[in-house]
Amino acid sequence: MQKSTGNKLSTIDLVNKNLKKRYRAEKRFRAYGIGAILFGLACLVVLFTDIIGKGHTAFLQTYIYVEVNLDAQQLDITDSTDPRQLAMADYQGVIKSALRKKFPDAQGRRDKRDLYSLVSNGAGYTLRSMLEDDPGLLDTNIGVWVLADDDIDTYLKSRNSEDVKAFIERMNPKKIAWVESLLADEHMELQFNRTFFTNGDSREPEQAGIAGAMAGSLFTLLVTIALSFPIGIAAAVYLEEYAPTNRFTDFIEVNINNLAAVPSIIFGLLGLAVFIGFFGMHRSIPLVGGLVLTLMTLPTIIISSRAAIKSVPPSIKDAALGLGASKMQVIIHHVLPLAMPGMLTGAIIGFAQALGETAPLLMIGMVAFIVDIPGGTSDPATVLPVQIFLWSDNPERAFVERTSAAIMVLLAFLITMNTLAIWLRKRLERRW
Amino acid sequence: MDTSKLILIAMLLTVATYYIGKSRAVAVAGGPSGVRNLNSLPFYYGVITSLWCGLPCLLLLGVWSIFDDYFIQQIIIQEFPADIRQLSESDLGLLLNTVSNLATGSFVEPNLAPYIVAAAERLKSLQSVSQMALNVVFGCVAILLMLITWMRINAKLRARIEVEKAFKWFLLLCASLAIFTTAGIILSVLFESIKFFKAVPMSEFLFGLEWSPQTAIRADQVGGSGAFGAVPLFAGTMLISLIAMIIAVPAGLMSAIYLSEYASPMVRTIVKPMLEVLAGVPTVVYGFFAALTVAPFIRETGTIFGLSVSSESALAAGLVMGVMIIPFISSLSDDVINAVPQSLRDGAYGLGATKSETIKQVVIPAALPGIVGGVLLAVSRAIGETMIVVMAAGLAAHLTANPLESVTTITVQIVTLLVGDQEFDSPKTLSAFALGLMLFVVTLAFNYVALHVVRKYREEYE
Repeated sequence: MQKSTGNKLSTIDLVNKNLKKRYRAEKRFRAYGIGAILFGLACLVVLFTDIIGKGHTAFLQTYIYVEVNLDAQQLDITDSTDPRQLAMADYQGVIKSALRKKFPDAQGRRDKRDLYSLVSNGAGYTLRSMLEDDPGLLDTNIGVWVLADDDIDTYLKSRNSEDVKAFIERMNPKKIAWVESLLADEHMELQFNRTFFTNGDSREPEQAGIAGAMAGSLFTLLVTIALSFPIGIAAAVYLEEYAPTNRFTDFIEVNINNLAAVPSIIFGLLGLAVFIGFFGMHRSIPLVGGLVLTLMTLPTIIISSRAAIKSVPPSIKDAALGLGASKMQVIIHHVLPLAMPGMLTGAIIGFAQALGETAPLLMIGMVAFIVDIPGGTSDPATVLPVQIFLWSDNPERAFVERTSAAIMVLLAFLITMNTLAIWLRKRLERRW
Repeated sequence: MDTSKLILIAMLLTVATYYIGKSRAVAVAGGPSGVRNLNSLPFYYGVITSLWCGLPCLLLLGVWSIFDDYFIQQIIIQEFPADIRQLSESDLGLLLNTVSNLATGSFVEPNLAPYIVAAAERLKSLQSVSQMALNVVFGCVAILLMLITWMRINAKLRARIEVEKAFKWFLLLCASLAIFTTAGIILSVLFESIKFFKAVPMSEFLFGLEWSPQTAIRADQVGGSGAFGAVPLFAGTMLISLIAMIIAVPAGLMSAIYLSEYASPMVRTIVKPMLEVLAGVPTVVYGFFAALTVAPFIRETGTIFGLSVSSESALAAGLVMGVMIIPFISSLSDDVINAVPQSLRDGAYGLGATKSETIKQVVIPAALPGIVGGVLLAVSRAIGETMIVVMAAGLAAHLTANPLESVTTITVQIVTLLVGDQEFDSPKTLSAFALGLMLFVVTLAFNYVALHVVRKYREEYE
C-alpha cells in the first residue's frame, strides 16, 4: 500500500474515503427494493381485507320466524291441485296478518306499513314453494322462517358492532322495538344465506343472488373453452411444425403478438359490429360473449402452446419420423401428448382471464337486468364480473356487501383455476 | 325434424362414416391380414370417408340456416301491399318483427291489419316448407355422399396424403384466424368511423376542446349541442395513465431488481407468485375497490388538508391502476434482468463495484431496451384499461391537469355511449367507434414499438 505524499491522494485513499458513502447508497438501494415489494404486498393485503371485510357478512341473512295460518279463503285458493291458483295466491297477505297478530300494537296505516316492511316483499315465495311441495298444508298453522327486509338485515348486522355506525337512517323507534322483541323471543336470527346462491338478480338486495350470473359465466366459458382450446392448439402446431419461414408466417406472428396486447374493449367493439351487427346474432347471449372471449384469449393460448410445443425435444420427433411415421402421426402421437401439460397450463390461465373479463361483454349487451337463470347458450344472460359491476352502482349497504361477496366468489374461482394450472405444471411437466 | 337435430345427425354421420370407411378399407384389402396391400392405414380411409361425408353435410346445414331466413323474408316482403313495401328499411324491419312474433305466438297485439295476419300464416307455411325441403335435401346428400365414398375406397386410394393435406389446411385456417380477427377489428371500427367523420369533421374530433356527445333527438329538445372534440378525453386518459405509471414503474422495477438480484431463492419463490396474484385480480374488482374504498379515502384525506377533492378524482383511478400494473412491469423487467449475462456482473464486481453500483451502471443499462419495451406495453395497457376508470373516474369531460379533479377517458366514453339504448347511426353512437379507432391505433403503435425494442434487444445476447 502506498502512503499519501503531500497533498496528492492515492487511489486507495480516494476509495476508502468514499467507501462509507457507497455502502450507505448500497443499503439505501436495497431498502428501496424491499420497500417496493412491501408496497405491492401491502396493496394485496389491503385489497383482500377490504373485500372480505365488506363481503363476509353477506353469507348470512336475517330470517324472521312467523306462525302463519294458511287459510284457504285468505289465500284465495279453491282447488289446491290447481298449480295456477297456488302460484297466484296472496301469500304476502297471510304473512302480514301473522305479523299483525304478533304485534297488535301496530295500529293506523303508517304503523302497519312499517310493520309489513319488516319482512321482504319476496317472503311469500317461501310459503309458495312449501305449499307447492305439499298442498296438504292448506288450512293449517305452520311456523316458517321468512326473509327479512334488507334494512332490517343491515340494522341487525351493524347494531352490535363498535366500529361501524349502526344503520338507523331507515329505521324508527317502533321498528327497532319490534326487532328487539323478535330477537328476545329468538324469532329473528342470522342464517346461512341460501338465497344468494340460488336466486337470479333482483332489485331487492335480500332476494338478489348470483345463480343467474354464475350460470351465464359457465355457458360463456364453455363456449370459450370449446372454441379457443382446439383452435389455439391447431394454430400453435401450424406455426411450430408446418409454417415455412416466409412473409405470410411473419404476418401471422405479428398479428398474434399485437392481438395479445389489444385492449379488451376493442374486442367488444368487434363483437358488436361483426357478430351482432353483421351476422345478426342476439344481444346479451352467452354464445356471442363466448365468441368474443374466444378471440380475446386465442393469442394467450397460442403463445403458451407454442412454448410448450417448442420444449418437446427434436430427438423424439426425429425418432418417430425415422420409424416411418407421417408428420400428422408425429404430431398426434408424440408432440401433442408431450406438450399437453404445458398447453393446459397456459389455456387454464387464459380461461381464468376470460372468466374475469368485463369490458367486452358490456359492449355486446350482457349488462341487462336479468332475473331468470339462463338455461343455455342462447338465453339472455349476464356473467359474474358484469353482475359485480351492475351491483356496485347500487348505494344500499346490503348491495355493497353482496357485491363484495360476489367478488369473493369470483376470486375463489380464479384462485382455484390458477392453483390448478400451477399444480398441473408441477405434476406433469417434464424437463428434458 | 328441426335443424339442431339435423346437426346432431350430421355429427353422428361423421363418426359413423369413419368406422364405415375403415371397415370398408379392410374389406377391400381382403381381411385384416391384407392391410399391407393398402396404400395407407385403415385409419386414414376412415378419416377421409368422414371428411367427404360429414363436412359437406354440416356445410349444407350452415349455408341453409344462414340463407333461409333471408329468402323467406324477401318473399314475405314481396307479398306485402305495395304501399307497405315503400316503407323505410327500419320500419319494414319492425313490421317483420311483428309478423314473426305473431307466427310464433309469443305476443299477440289486438287489431292487427289483415295483411299482417296473412303474412304470419304465410311465414309459418314457408318455414315448414323450408324445413321439409332441408330434411329431404339433407337425406339425399348424405346417402349420395356415402355411396360415392363407398365406391371410391380401393387399395390404390392415397388416403394418407389427402388426409395429411386436409389436416395441414385446417391448421393453417386456425392460424390465419389471427389475421381475420385483426382485419375484423380494423374494418368494423373503420367503417363506422368513416360514417362518423362524414358527420363530424376529423379536425374537430382531433383538436376540438369540448366533448358533449348528447345530441338532440328531436329538434325542439334542449341541451343537445353535440360537441365532439376529443382533446379532453385524450388529456384525461393521459393524466390517469401518467399517475398509474408514476406508481407502477418505480415499484415494479425496484421489486423486479430486488427479486432477481438480492432476494434469496426462498423469498423469491414465495413473493413472486404473491405479487402475480395482483395481476390475476379481475379489473372489475379493482374498479370496485377504487370507487368504494380508495376514492372516499382520498377525499377525506384531502378534506383534512383543506383541499377539495372530487369524489371521482383521477388520482383514485390512477393509483389503483398503478397497483394493477406493478406485477406486469415487474415480471417483464424480471425476464430482461435475468437475461443479462452473469459475466457482465462479474466484470463489474471484479473492478470493485458494489452490488447497487453494478445494478445501476451495468445491469440496468444492459437491460434498458427490454425495460423500456415493458414500460411501453404497460402504458398501452393503462390506456386501454376500462373497468377501473368506468367505475372510478368521471363522466364529464374536463380539460384539466389537476389529479384531484374528475376527468373522463376514451374507454369510459366508449362504454357510456354504447351501453344501454342506442339510436342507430347517430353521430353519438358512431363517435364510440371513432374513439375505438383512436384507441386501437394508439395501442397498436405502442405495442409495435415495444415488441420491436424487446425483440431487437433479445437478439443481442442469444
